[in-house]
Amino acid sequence: MAEIAKLKDICTQVRRDIVRMVHAVQSGHPGGSLGCTEYMVALYFEIMDVNPSQFSMDGIGEDLFFLSNGHISPLWYSVLSRKGYFPISELATFRKINSRLQGHPATAEHTPGVRVASGSLGQGLSVACGAALAKKLNGDNKLVYVLLGDGEFQEGPIWEVAMFAAHKKIDNLIATVDVNGQQIDGSTEHVLSLGDLNAKWQAFGWDVLHMNGNNLEEVISVLNKAKEHTGKAKPVVILMKTEMGFGVDYMMGSHKWHGIAPNDDLLQKALDQLPETLGDY
Amino acid sequence: MKKYTFTEQKDTRSGFGAGLLELGRKNPQVVALTADLAGSLKMNDFEKEFPERFFQVGIAEANMMGIAAGLTIGGKIPFTGTFANFSTGRVYDQIRQSIAYSNKNVKICASHAGLTLGEDGATHQILEDIGMMKMLPNMTVISPCDYNETKAATLAIAEHQGPVYLRFGRPAWPVFTSPDEHFVIGKAKLLIEGTDVTIIATGHMVWKAIEAAEVLYERGISTEVINMHTIKPLDEEAILKSVKKTGCVVTAEEHMRNGGLGESVAQCLCLNYPAPMEFVAVNDTFGESGKPLELLKKYGLDVPNIVVAAETVVRRKVNYFAK
Repeated sequence: MAEIAKLKDICTQVRRDIVRMVHAVQSGHPGGSLGCTEYMVALYFEIMDVNPSQFSMDGIGEDLFFLSNGHISPLWYSVLSRKGYFPISELATFRKINSRLQGHPATAEHTPGVRVASGSLGQGLSVACGAALAKKLNGDNKLVYVLLGDGEFQEGPIWEVAMFAAHKKIDNLIATVDVNGQQIDGSTEHVLSLGDLNAKWQAFGWDVLHMNGNNLEEVISVLNKAKEHTGKAKPVVILMKTEMGFGVDYMMGSHKWHGIAPNDDLLQKALDQLPETLGDY
Repeated sequence: MKKYTFTEQKDTRSGFGAGLLELGRKNPQVVALTADLAGSLKMNDFEKEFPERFFQVGIAEANMMGIAAGLTIGGKIPFTGTFANFSTGRVYDQIRQSIAYSNKNVKICASHAGLTLGEDGATHQILEDIGMMKMLPNMTVISPCDYNETKAATLAIAEHQGPVYLRFGRPAWPVFTSPDEHFVIGKAKLLIEGTDVTIIATGHMVWKAIEAAEVLYERGISTEVINMHTIKPLDEEAILKSVKKTGCVVTAEEHMRNGGLGESVAQCLCLNYPAPMEFVAVNDTFGESGKPLELLKKYGLDVPNIVVAAETVVRRKVNYFAK
């Protein structure tokens, strides 16, 4: 395992990237990005077997990741660049014209690391299941990972694929749900209650795990455990409790920072809490 | 005038089924999916011979489109099969984001298009699908005219890299093209040469256009008939070559006038060679239950409608060029 301290440094730097990126264009989604930072850093720097220097769309022989809740693209782009998919300096182009780093992830600009467009919610799990089926057909024993937002479960097609994956015994797939309980218009409890997610996924026939997504050691441990749960004729889902805006005190505890950017003062206030560890872009 | 005859009538969906089976044998990367309509789409032979490459997803078309997009990642060539209504409007956003914008190599194969679906009525008779699909960047839109051409088109789209919408239908229909005709995406077929008027038709309406040309011939109007099996990319060269000769055009399609083949042809002509034009299409109304031929008659998509449109446009042409 990479030293945990080094991974924590990456997390801090990624959080700096996120707030600087959204501040620079005064748009984007910092809240969920900050909340899922430990997960994404653990995935790319500890869990997945990937080949960032030679990105291939088919990804044969490597693990694949899909981001269904595409609005947390600042996090993904930061992690992809820090992992070596594209130059870190490119983060400065986020959401600007002629950039590969679109507001929501897209393949049209051939962004290394991105295999399907996402942003319109409720589609990523289906795509990930298709990619997992392709791996099975190809005799490729690598895994497919996908991250979803909890608000996405208000989209009907999620439940179509929940049924499908269990029925087809797609057991080379590890889905993770960012259970931060927040969406644009308020808490999920207020907007449209998701009910008992644990019971729902179990009832749909999935192997359900839990973790605190803002505890790096726990994230690594549970993701490793999830790997052990693959290959057992059931799809695996991790319900990951996170705090939206984690790491920036004034962004935590509310839905307010789902999709707005900090001003100059608030940027500084955020950066004061996130020391530069690997060098800013 | 070149004559066309047929010895049998077969449904175009069976052409798709036969093409899919042949593809399964030729190309191990071809996989197929259906949303509880394997029988209606004639996919059972493929399913039987290649069970490991066939995915029954249940009545869940949105999921099917996402699964298909994912299957392309890893090199598969997925063919989705359901009714045209459920292949387009029901799943437009999934197609738009995960397939068209992402430029995935998915073949959306859509049966029971148009009024000739018949008795099931307007809930299932989609007349807007060509419009929806042709508006999507990266999407190729194909609407073959009979069993043989549908089979050939099914084989051809597997060789094309990128998303394709393949539209076909339910009823038995005259088979008049040759089984060994090569299908080239985007290359229209000139079926009958003429000098007075051009009829550009697609899908089931190609046969109606041939019948109309015979009636027009008897009435002294020399008619050119083009089978526009590919609506996007549109064979503008074939359109312009013909209309520059005849000076006027009628389009015929089993689709809404808004958004259909006629609209694409009109766009081509007004940009390059404005000429009088008439549309044989459904005009801003839903269909209803009935027998396929009864419906075509009631909604103005029969041979007499094409004949009247052709005679009208020839008269308009005389006035148009007199000015």
